[in-house]
This record gives sequence, C-alpha cells and structure tokens, in this order.
Amino acid sequence: MTRINLTVDGMRVADDVEPRTLLVHYLRERLGKTGTVIGCDTSNCGACTVHLDGQSVKSCNVLAVQADGHEVTTIEGLAATADGELHPVQEAFRECHGLQCGFCTPGMIMAAADLLKRNPQPSEEEIREGLEGNLCRCTGYHNIVRAVQYASGHLAAAANGRGATEEVVG
Amino acid sequence: MTTTEARPLPAKEIGRDRRRKEDQRLITGRTRWTDNITLPGMLHLAMVRSPFAHARITSVDTSAAKESTGVVAVVTGADFDESLGVCINAWPITPDQKAPTHPPIATDTVNFAGEIVAVVAARSAAEARDAAEQVLVEYDELPAVVDLEEALDDSVLAHPDLGTNKSALWVFDSAQAGTGGSVDDAIAAARQDGIVLERTYRQQRLIPAFMEPRSVVVDPTGEQITVWSATQIPHILRFALAATTGVPESKIRVIAPDVGGGFGGKLQQTPEEMLAFAVARRIGKPVKYTETRSESLMAAHHGRDQIQKLTLSADKDGRVTGLKVELSANLGAYVALVGGGVPVLGAFMFNAIYKFPAYQFNCQTVFTNTAWTDAYRGAGRPEATYAIERLMDELAAEVGKDPLEVRELNWIKHEEFPFTTVAGLEYDSGNYEAATARAKEMFEYDALRAEQAERRAKGDPVQLGIGISTFTEMCGLAPSRVLGSLDYGAGGWEHAEIRMLPTGKVEVVTGASAHGQGHETAFSQIVADRLGVPFEDVEILHGDTMVSAKGLDTYGSRSLVVGGEAVVRAADKVLEKARPIAAHLLEASVDDLEFKDGRFGVKGTDQGIALTEVATAAFAAHNLPDGVEASLDSEATFDPINFNFPHGTHLCAVEVDTETGQTWMRKYVACDDIGVIINPLIVSGQVHGGLVQGIAQALWEEAVYDDTGTLVTGSFVDYLLPTAADTISFDVDHTTSPATSNSLGAKGVGEAGTIASTPAVVNAVVDALRPYGVHDVRMPCTPERVWRAIQEGSAGGETTGAAAPHFDASTGMEGTVDRTSGADE
Repeated sequence: MTRINLTVDGMRVADDVEPRTLLVHYLRERLGKTGTVIGCDTSNCGACTVHLDGQSVKSCNVLAVQADGHEVTTIEGLAATADGELHPVQEAFRECHGLQCGFCTPGMIMAAADLLKRNPQPSEEEIREGLEGNLCRCTGYHNIVRAVQYASGHLAAAANGRGATEEVVG
Repeated sequence: MTTTEARPLPAKEIGRDRRRKEDQRLITGRTRWTDNITLPGMLHLAMVRSPFAHARITSVDTSAAKESTGVVAVVTGADFDESLGVCINAWPITPDQKAPTHPPIATDTVNFAGEIVAVVAARSAAEARDAAEQVLVEYDELPAVVDLEEALDDSVLAHPDLGTNKSALWVFDSAQAGTGGSVDDAIAAARQDGIVLERTYRQQRLIPAFMEPRSVVVDPTGEQITVWSATQIPHILRFALAATTGVPESKIRVIAPDVGGGFGGKLQQTPEEMLAFAVARRIGKPVKYTETRSESLMAAHHGRDQIQKLTLSADKDGRVTGLKVELSANLGAYVALVGGGVPVLGAFMFNAIYKFPAYQFNCQTVFTNTAWTDAYRGAGRPEATYAIERLMDELAAEVGKDPLEVRELNWIKHEEFPFTTVAGLEYDSGNYEAATARAKEMFEYDALRAEQAERRAKGDPVQLGIGISTFTEMCGLAPSRVLGSLDYGAGGWEHAEIRMLPTGKVEVVTGASAHGQGHETAFSQIVADRLGVPFEDVEILHGDTMVSAKGLDTYGSRSLVVGGEAVVRAADKVLEKARPIAAHLLEASVDDLEFKDGRFGVKGTDQGIALTEVATAAFAAHNLPDGVEASLDSEATFDPINFNFPHGTHLCAVEVDTETGQTWMRKYVACDDIGVIINPLIVSGQVHGGLVQGIAQALWEEAVYDDTGTLVTGSFVDYLLPTAADTISFDVDHTTSPATSNSLGAKGVGEAGTIASTPAVVNAVVDALRPYGVHDVRMPCTPERVWRAIQEGSAGGETTGAAAPHFDASTGMEGTVDRTSGADE
C-alpha cells in the first residue's frame, strides 16, 4: 500500500492504495466519484477523461499514485457550483443535444473543455481532431461538434466581457 | 427545417425542439449506471472464459483460485442444477428449427471462444480477476467451424450432436402466398428477353459496441430478488429468469437504471445475468458483474453476418420483374433470443419501395463456433436494404440510366398508397417523389454529377462517386397477430399508465425502456399536449418492473409509435374518468363540457375547472358523483394493427483517391419521411447517430476471426469504431406523410439512418470506380480493398491480416497502430 495525498474536485483526500490501482478505479471505488466512467480497457474510448492539474488525461491510463500531490477535476467538479450552475461546455452539450445515452459524455465534456482552453476558437476540423481520443456511439459526433462550437462562441463572449478566457474555462 | 407540407407552428409541445429532461444528470455525472451501484456486503464476480472456439472440457481445477485472497466462491458448470436456467430463443423460425440448449455456463464442451466455464466471487473486482487467473481448465480441442460458407457444407460441425450446421430454412414465395407471381418464371423470361442480375453480397459481422459495458447487480436479500442490469429489456429479462429458473415471477424485480446505449446489443437475456442471479442466490449476498470491453466485444452478441445470393430480373428498360434471395445467416454458436428471426425480419424488406411482381426469399440459418448473433440496429432490414439498393444501382448501370431514374420507374407512386407489397405488407403512407426531390435539391445533385463527369473526363486521380439509397423500413414492432403468425414467442403491444397526483403533477409509466433515446422528454411533450399540463409537470417512469409492471421494452423503433400511442390512450382514459367528476363539480351536464388547454369548460359560459383541480377533488373524494371511483388514474395497452414505414432518400458524395484507395466523404444528405415529428432535436440526433453506424459498416467496422476462431478484433484498438475525426457533419431534412397506424401520425426513427446509409456509401464508392471496371467493393470498403478493386476490377477480396496480433513476433512485438495517439499531447 502506498499513501497518496491529492485534491479531487476541490476536496483534499488522503488514502492508502495498492500501487497498481488506476486513477479511475480510485475515483469511482474509493471516492464514489461515479460520474467518471469506464468504457474500455485499452485507453481508446476516453469515457474516463478527467483533468489532472487542469489538463485532460484518461484516468484509466494514470495510476492513482501518479496523482499524488496533484489536483484532479472530474465531471462532478467541473461546474463552478454544485447547485445547478453549469460549466459552459456542459450547458452547450445540453443546448445542442450533444448527448444521447450520456455514457461518453463526462469524458467528452472534460476533453472538450480542455480543447477549448488550449484553442478557444477551434475550426470544425480542429474540434474533430481534438476529440479523436473520445468515442461516442450515439450521436455520430454531429451535435458534439456543434456543442463545442456553441461553447466556443459563448466562452469567447464571456471572455470579452470579463477579459480572461483562462479564468472562465479553468 | 422545412417540409413539403406546411406544418403548423409548434404552439403545442409536439413539434417543439425541447431540450432533454434527461441531460441535467448526464452532463453533471449524477448518473446511476449499473456499475455505479454498491450494496452492503456486495461481492464482485469475474468470469473464466474459454480461449478455444470448440473444445471438450476435461478438467477444471479451482483449488488455487479458492485459496486466493478475498475469494468467497468459485463455481463451475458442475456446481449448478437446472435451477440455473437457460438462455432462451423467443423466435423459433420454423417448427423443425435445430437449436442446441444454451446453458449460461459450459459444462462439457465450449462452443465459441469467450464462453464462460467458471465464475469467481470475491470481495473486490480486482481480487475476483486475480483469482480467475488461478482457475486451471484443461481442454481437448475439437475441430472448429468458423467460416459461414464452410459451415454450409457440414464438413466440420459446430455441434456434432446435431449432425448438421443447418438450423432452419425459412421460405417466403409470393406465388405460394398469393401476393405475386412465380419468381422462377420471371427470371426465365428475363433470361430470354430482358436483364438478369446475379450478385453475391457479404454482410460482414459487426459488433454493436454500446459505450457502457454490460453490467449486472443482483441482490438476493429481502423477499424479492432485485436485479439491476444494463439491459434494453427489463420485462423480457424478468420473464426469462422466472420461466427458466423456477423462481416465481412475482419474486423477481428487474431494474434497468441509466443504460448507456444498446443498439440491439442489450436486447438479450445474457449468460452473465443468469450466472449473477444464480451465484447471488447461492451465496445469499449481493453480487456485481461488470464486463471489460474485451469481454464485451468477444462475448456480447454480434450482428449481421450474412451471405446474400441475389437474382434480380427486369425488362430491357429496367422495370423489375422478379427478385430471388438466397440468404445464409450466421447464428454463431447458439440461437439467441431473437436469433434466426433477425434475417427473417429482412424477408419483408428486400422488395423495399419497388413494385416487384414476383419475389422469393429463402433463408438458411447456420451454426458456427463463433459468438452468437442477434439484433443490431436495424436487425435484418439494413441487410435487405443494402442488397436491394445496391442492385438498383447495378440495374441502372446495366440499362445505362441514372440510378434515380431507374428507381422512380419502379417505386410505388405517392397516389398508390395504401399499397400491398409482394411481401404481403400494406404500406400505409409515403411520398418517395417528395423526399427524393428535396434530397436532390439539398445535395445539388446535378452539379455534383457534372463535377463527376468532368473528373472522369480529365482522368483526375481523385474520382467522385455519388451514392443513392431510397430506403424504406418496417418498424414499430409489432402487431401481436403478425408476430403470432411468425411463431414469435410473445406479443408486440405496449403498456402505459398515467397517475394524476393531488398536487397537480402527472406521473406517466411506460413499458418502453429507454437507454439514451430521450423518452422522458418526448413522452412528456405528448402528455403535456393531451392533458393540457405543463411539460415540466410530467414525470416519465420506466425501466423498473415494480413501477412499470407491464411492458415489452425498447427495440425495433417501437417506443414512440407503440409505447407513445399507449400513453395517448391512457391520457384519453384519464379525461374520460375526469369528465363526470368535472360535470358534477360544475353542476353541468357531461354533454355540455368541452376539454381544451387543460380545462373542462361548460360550453357557452366562462365556467370551468382545470383537470388538475379535478385530480385534487378525486383525491379528497369529498364530493364525487355517486358510483364514481376516487381516482383518475388510468392505464392502456396498445397493440398496433400494422407496422409503420418510414422512408427517405439519402445521397452521399465520396471522393476516392484511386492511387491509394483512400476514401473521404464529402457530403451526405438525408431527407427522411418519419411522419409527424414530436421533437425535431431528438430526431436529428437519432438520424445522425444512425447514419454513422451505417456508414461505419460501409467503411470501417468488421468483426474478424482467425482460422481457429479467435476474435482478432477483440479490443477497441482493432475494432474500428469511427471517431469525430473520421466523420463529417450531415445535412438532414424531412418530408411528412403521417402514419395512419397511430393517432400521433408518427413513424419510427431509431434505425432509419443505419438502414439507409450503408448502401448509399458503398454505392458512392462503386460509382466512383465504375470507369475502372469495378461493380462491387466488399464491405468494409477499406483503402486496401478499394485499391485492390481498382487494380483487379474486382470486389477487393477477403480481409486478411486486417488486425495483426498484438505483441507478436510478426509485428516486432510492437502491436498495431494505437488510434489514441493523435489525442496525446
């Protein structure tokens, strides 16, 4: 067992974990962060995508011990508050019907949020390339792309209003 | 969005692009997937699976596994009696269908690679899997039959006890049925003085690949055994559990919580569900089993996998005279829940929208030592549609006409509806001319044809192909009498209940079981209009046999057209029960009441009472008419009298690099007629997603076995699910010919995109290559196959080495291409 200390969705946690424990298993089984899901066993599907120090990672591809001392944000901590206020990318997925069954959605939203942070005004091609690591079987990606474009526009508007894209996205 | 008929503005809920009620929990991670469920004392299961496609089990040594840390039990087939139950086949397609018993766990022989031979129960999933590695199974390998064509000659038998690989032969002949003439006469005549096209098409095996792996939790504590499962069919599962285990149906509760996609792949009673049920009962503790993706690809059912031998006869002008279909359908190792019924569903669709005077369909179902096949989005209808839409393009090429012209020559004209087809179905409504005109306009068909001619003329290495699919399908499964006449084991009705709560809210219970479709939103819209209550005040309850006691679940594009109509009828019953109470409270005659916008009003006065007030009055029951019960709650069961028949025209432009075989989709237009649309936003999502699944069959996906029966596309590294980077945005529109078989005028849309798109794409690829002497490219049309087709003027041949083994000497221990690499920083 190895002791790890990290911050998950703003909460400081400490646990003893088996060194082989994947971050996604730690999140789901120890912390009850079941919003993050597992869709494959080869790191292809991206359903388990979370942010590690603000950058998107597939949490099936990170050991829990590698998150020691770092900050993890899951879909459950993405919104500014827990009382219904949505992150602009979450709102965009709802507005544009960017989800159906919703299983890929947590990972897709986390990946899209990171994409927009790095490239606030992506072209359709850049969105499609940027989300290539996240599989969806329901939407055919059409409305996911629209959702990211919608979020991009709203984030830009918010950035112009507040003057700091980083602050809005991060 | 436009239509050829003027649609009224959506002043009502029906027709509004409501954002989905479901989404709030899904976008914030506050979901209840089966794998999220944790119960006190719950144990985790791991399955030990056969690595061999066909083998005799000579011994199973569980001693080491039982010693492993945290292990509570290790069980094998020998540990169970008949109370384990069996996996059922609900549709024996002929009285003499051969079908081996399908036990959830193998005892003596294994019949495909992935079949379960032992189950481990342990404190954690990791400990269960560790212990599963310790189970030592000795096998004597038996000859395995993997290839469908080889299976037909019976030289190697999947089940030697049956004496043959042939399960059932199902035949429809229009001359015998009295729905048309003799197809053999038609073909003979065309051989003399007409056109005979003979083609063989391969429907490759596909994997549904829903994003949520299957998961099941069983809690045997308490009076009822509770089963949570990632299933499309909680009601059918409950029935199958009770019918085969001997546990009374009243002691079983099945819950399908949030379910992450199905596409037919979760239309199954699975061995994993049966084993979890049995092990939980045996141990007396809750258990959970969640499959890995590799297990899902290997052992959840597959779809398609047919060889279609087709003979089409026509006169010299291209007017069709007959169609003969000889189908071989791969069942895999067992006859699954729907099993051979899947290709039989296609029997009614090969004639499609065309006026064939003669038709014959012969379907031979065949066993192999592979994962069993069953429903996958479209189930039988995509295969049929592919065959006929490819043939219509071939016919056009033969007579030298535009493929749309040949189609129009043969299709049912809009003034000819209702039309009884050569397969015996009555198409109630449709307008193929209107959908085609709109699609051509959106596509800029003539301009693209001109560009194609120009590229051909100048010998451009990148050629342009235009693909057409003027599809129809039968959906809204299904009229119970029709199912009975086909020997299906159940009916096709759906059930609904509406509860008027005293606070003015409305609970709607449906027997349909959503897994991503958006029933909560669409059904709320229907009820809001019907009862005149706010959309927000309607709650849709489903997927729990304790709440929704009756139902036949969700598949076959049935939920709205069958389940939605049941909701409408339950709502009408609520109004009928409310009317005498309203009249009593208003001191008016029942005959003087009119119901509008949620209120019963007395005609010619301003007096009235809201339905919700009547509900409160019924709840209080202080002042009800004599003999009237104190409830407005109502239920209804709707059994459709006919299928419904969505149709549409899909046009696809594909660029083909003739030097590399690479294809790139440039444009895709879909104009579907799905009748009256309840929610255009949800409809668009169904169309987009359906399109990509169909396009994926055309271009990318194929489940490949090696000669020994090992699935080499057993992970998402090798089974090529399309990504955002592989696909394009679509142009979607609709024409509207309301269905007459339900009061909503709605037709199914869940499968339309998948059914339509596959032939459109392959037609486009072949169209690009016709100047190269190519008249077919086998699916999936990989760059290699396209390139070979160009080189050889052939169909591109078999898939060989499409998925190299991982960490094998042949790949320098490097494995194959990792498709996630592009996303890495």
